[in-house]
Amino acid sequence: MTSPDYIKISQGIVHDPLNGIDGQVKDLWILDGKIVAAPTEPSVRPARTIDAGGLIVMPGGIDMHCHIAGPKVNVARKMRPEEKRRGEQMPRTNIAHSGSLGSVPSTFATGYKYAALGYTTAFDAAIPPLGARHAHEEFEDTPCIDKGFYVLMGNNHYVMQCLMKNEPQKLKAFVGWLLNSTKGFAPKLVNPGGVEVWKSKQAGNVSGLDSLVDHFNVTPRQIISGVAQAAAELGLPHPVHIHCNNLGMPGNWETTLETMRTLEGHRGHITHIQFHSYGGGDGDENTFNSKVIPLAEYVNSHPNITIDVGQVLFGETTSMTGDGPLGYFLSKVYGGKWFSSDTEMESGCGITPIKYRNKSLVHSLQWAIGLEWYLLVNDPWRVVMSTDHPNGGSFLAYPQIIRFLMDRTYRRDILKTCPPEIRHRSTLWEIEREYTLNEIAIITRAGPAKILGLKNKGHLGLGADADITIYTPHDNKEIMFEMPRLVIKSGRVIVENSEIRESLIGKTLHVQPNYDHELESDIQEWFEKYYSIRWSNYPVDLSYLYESSVIPTL
Amino acid sequence: MLEKFILIPGRTTDQGCGVSEGKFGDRYQNAVRALQVAPGDMSKLGLSEGDRVRLTGEEGQTVEVCITTAKKDELPEGLLFIAYGDISSRLMTGDTHGSGMPTSKGMEVTMELVQKVGVIQ
Amino acid sequence: MTIAATQVYAPKPSIPGELKVIQDATCTFCGCVCDDIELTVKDDHIIEAKRACVLGKAWFLNHSVEDRPSCTVDGQPATLDEGYDRAAQILTRGKYPIVYGLSDSPCEAQRVAVSIVDWIKGTIDTTTSVCHGPSGMAFQGVGEVTCSLGEVANRGDMIMFWGSNPAESHPRHFTKYSLMPKGMFLPNGRKDRTCVIVDVRRTKSAKAADIFIQIKPKKDFEALWTLRALAKGIDLDPDLVQRETGVEFSVWSDLMERMKACKFGVIFFGMGLTMTRGKHANSEALLALTRDMNAHTRFVAKPNRGHGNVTGADNVVSWRTGYPFGVNHSRGYPRFNPGEYTTSDTLANREADCGMTIACDPMANFSQPAREHLASIPFIALDTKETPTTRAATVAFTVATYGINTGGTVYRMDDVPIPLRPAFPSPHPSDYDVLSAIEVRVKKILGVTG
Repeated sequence: MTSPDYIKISQGIVHDPLNGIDGQVKDLWILDGKIVAAPTEPSVRPARTIDAGGLIVMPGGIDMHCHIAGPKVNVARKMRPEEKRRGEQMPRTNIAHSGSLGSVPSTFATGYKYAALGYTTAFDAAIPPLGARHAHEEFEDTPCIDKGFYVLMGNNHYVMQCLMKNEPQKLKAFVGWLLNSTKGFAPKLVNPGGVEVWKSKQAGNVSGLDSLVDHFNVTPRQIISGVAQAAAELGLPHPVHIHCNNLGMPGNWETTLETMRTLEGHRGHITHIQFHSYGGGDGDENTFNSKVIPLAEYVNSHPNITIDVGQVLFGETTSMTGDGPLGYFLSKVYGGKWFSSDTEMESGCGITPIKYRNKSLVHSLQWAIGLEWYLLVNDPWRVVMSTDHPNGGSFLAYPQIIRFLMDRTYRRDILKTCPPEIRHRSTLWEIEREYTLNEIAIITRAGPAKILGLKNKGHLGLGADADITIYTPHDNKEIMFEMPRLVIKSGRVIVENSEIRESLIGKTLHVQPNYDHELESDIQEWFEKYYSIRWSNYPVDLSYLYESSVIPTL
Repeated sequence: MLEKFILIPGRTTDQGCGVSEGKFGDRYQNAVRALQVAPGDMSKLGLSEGDRVRLTGEEGQTVEVCITTAKKDELPEGLLFIAYGDISSRLMTGDTHGSGMPTSKGMEVTMELVQKVGVIQ
Repeated sequence: MTIAATQVYAPKPSIPGELKVIQDATCTFCGCVCDDIELTVKDDHIIEAKRACVLGKAWFLNHSVEDRPSCTVDGQPATLDEGYDRAAQILTRGKYPIVYGLSDSPCEAQRVAVSIVDWIKGTIDTTTSVCHGPSGMAFQGVGEVTCSLGEVANRGDMIMFWGSNPAESHPRHFTKYSLMPKGMFLPNGRKDRTCVIVDVRRTKSAKAADIFIQIKPKKDFEALWTLRALAKGIDLDPDLVQRETGVEFSVWSDLMERMKACKFGVIFFGMGLTMTRGKHANSEALLALTRDMNAHTRFVAKPNRGHGNVTGADNVVSWRTGYPFGVNHSRGYPRFNPGEYTTSDTLANREADCGMTIACDPMANFSQPAREHLASIPFIALDTKETPTTRAATVAFTVATYGINTGGTVYRMDDVPIPLRPAFPSPHPSDYDVLSAIEVRVKKILGVTG
């Protein structure tokens, strides 16, 4: 008897760290988009058997921090025609739409490229609530992967007002209301307080955790600890995702350390920490150096903290950030075209082209600092692979990063092309550690799933989403990881040998925390006073989500 | 009489409302066919409200429109104004100078009188 | 592919004689996209549109059910299926199909239009190319410092309009967003703001200005570069400046002092820049000036976009192709080249050999050579009302009006997406319905299964 719905992946070498499976040969059965037990009835045969003998089987990859949808990503697409005409093109096929690449691919190209890389889930890291509807519309045109986004809150006027008036209950209700209204996944803090200062004065920014934000008289420290507290009380699966103050500035490591301390044991995720781990001072290139060691020590001894790296790769890309003052700073450093947009009551945005050069001491240090982070955090479950796509480089560089981590000769070869001074300013040259395949599976899928609270992703146990990537082993891990043999999403084969086989749309992952609805009228009163759109037209309803998947609160 | 002018087509309230009422309706048709001329130019050229003139564009394209006196100081002498639409667009050339946008404002035109108001030919 | 949002706010049929009130309806006539309109509907007719401006009232009160066939083929009434079939044939038989318009369609329909173009390897262009297309090109050169309209309302203490006449093109601009609102940091509203208007003629908007500066026609570029030089402290020859711009040097230097002294300056600019000699160079000068001003204070710029969802069209075409307008797919993947793939050019150069126009009227708004060529090729037209373009089309669809009969999403000129709340149903299909039906047929003809 053939059951038309079963797929069997036969005899693969499985890496499923969440279930303690490290390279054992195993069969996997799939039914209705989920991993299921092998049917007990011996006469049941699968509709399709995939012979994975000798192949490596892992859960689909999860990118927990990238910029792939919404207002600022789309502006960056419009802004950079010059990098698309040359290089790889993506013509339409009879199954898939065409797209454009460059550092900021179009929506279809984004979905197809993630899928072809074996990634099946990705989270956009910075959506202004007023642009949430836009992000959802793009998600519906971003095929093959499940998606979600983090909601910018670190410069929200209502948040700061609650903190100023010491009203934690209102703050908690607001965070809950905002996540529900936007169909977002997690609170995101970007340069908390600093963007508001940028909006109100020339070259404005905060300088540290205890700077006062004009008009609101609150500090970044209050914003971080207030939102972390509210998120914890709401039981959010991924409580707070933090882009610290002073990104990119020499000496900023102390701000990063203070930010982690401010969490006071609450769970918190520090994102693209590479950009926040610099010693030195006063913008002086001569003093710029790595401070990964003291920061990693703190992370190693504080299990409430998780990080992703924000690895820099050499080459041209586009910097895009919700950190308006950072965009201004970078535009002055590089002198290229610059986009900045301030969103009422909520957030800012900065975009500028950028080129990382291995001959630059600063850039090559940034590259080395990123790799130090992967190699100096002892617990791989708390460090996640990211390039902060496209800020440090494209997500398409992940296979190369994997090779850096698994092959110390290769990373030393690249290090040799950088200014020699780098060896005095970072410890990368001395680090012997090499990642195992299982550790790679942790930092690219199992770890982010756990950090995000996604119970059905990042593993291959019973009931998990059948999001699976099958690789052909190769000594060169870059080659192995850049061309998966097969990618399965929700139980359907979407990629074979890098070719798109099916263009399904994917789910939108979001949270619906309970909050005190009594407090909504206070939010509404504030909203109607200052917003330029109507209260009733603000929330995004479910019709904008192609397929909603609510991730439960704790 | 053959005078050189700069023509500025633009949006007006009547033109905008006329689009919603229907492009074949009187309001739209009247709006896009009325050429505003500065009072100084009117008197200099001996023109009166309702005179019919021919405008010729740089490639010899022509349109005929009726003139109306621009309000007070809305229009400096040497400039003509007409509501954006069918007539004004006939004076554009097919060339966009590599921009995709034909020159649709600040067009150099010549104006000549075709028919005085009230005179039946 | 299913795009659900158009279905959500589908209007309920009117009960004869009964009044129905729609709160927070959205006006899609101009780029202001006011979403606070209260509509009163009776017998499938809007009888009142509270808070709408003169243009909005004309929009709402004049869009009742059109008593015309939903489809004509070769000028004769036809069934929708006949129209869809013929449309798909036209679009798949051409070698250089163009699809143009889209600025008065919701995003959901725009997305289907871009899909069709991808399958037929055609060229997609929107009315942006004859509106702020040059500003889009300027943006690709220097970038843009901008903000949402609520930021203007809450912070803008110096409001400038350059080559833009919102009193006639965006009547609620002053009251709702830019001049009159009492904002968070401007408790006295208009009294706390300075308004400067720069134009070649004293428009109806000039009355609202504290300072009106009338420059010589076609000298926007020179005037803007004068200000750029002043912002950077570069010495200029006052006589030359006056000769070139038609305005005394002291007026410009006084203006620059005020611009530097304000807290949050805003320049709204219009087609006075983009349609005039210089085009993208004019817009680029303005965007660069705005950027320069951020060395002194906070300053932003924003094009005053015209049609209701022209900003949505820019966004949809960008997220799907990577480019904002004028996108050619003849090689199977998107390529961008304004001046070549833009519709004024594909028509006037007699390159397009078939096409589809959606919610636009090139037969009334394009140059004579472009119109002549369009009239000579087979094309499909979708519009809510009869226009010179629908009259010339091989296949013409009368479609329901977005925001009045159908739901969906519209992007305000500042890229803020706003949902539509339609008032009453139309017997005509929506442009989303028509385009989806054509897409199904196009895919079938071309063997596309995705």
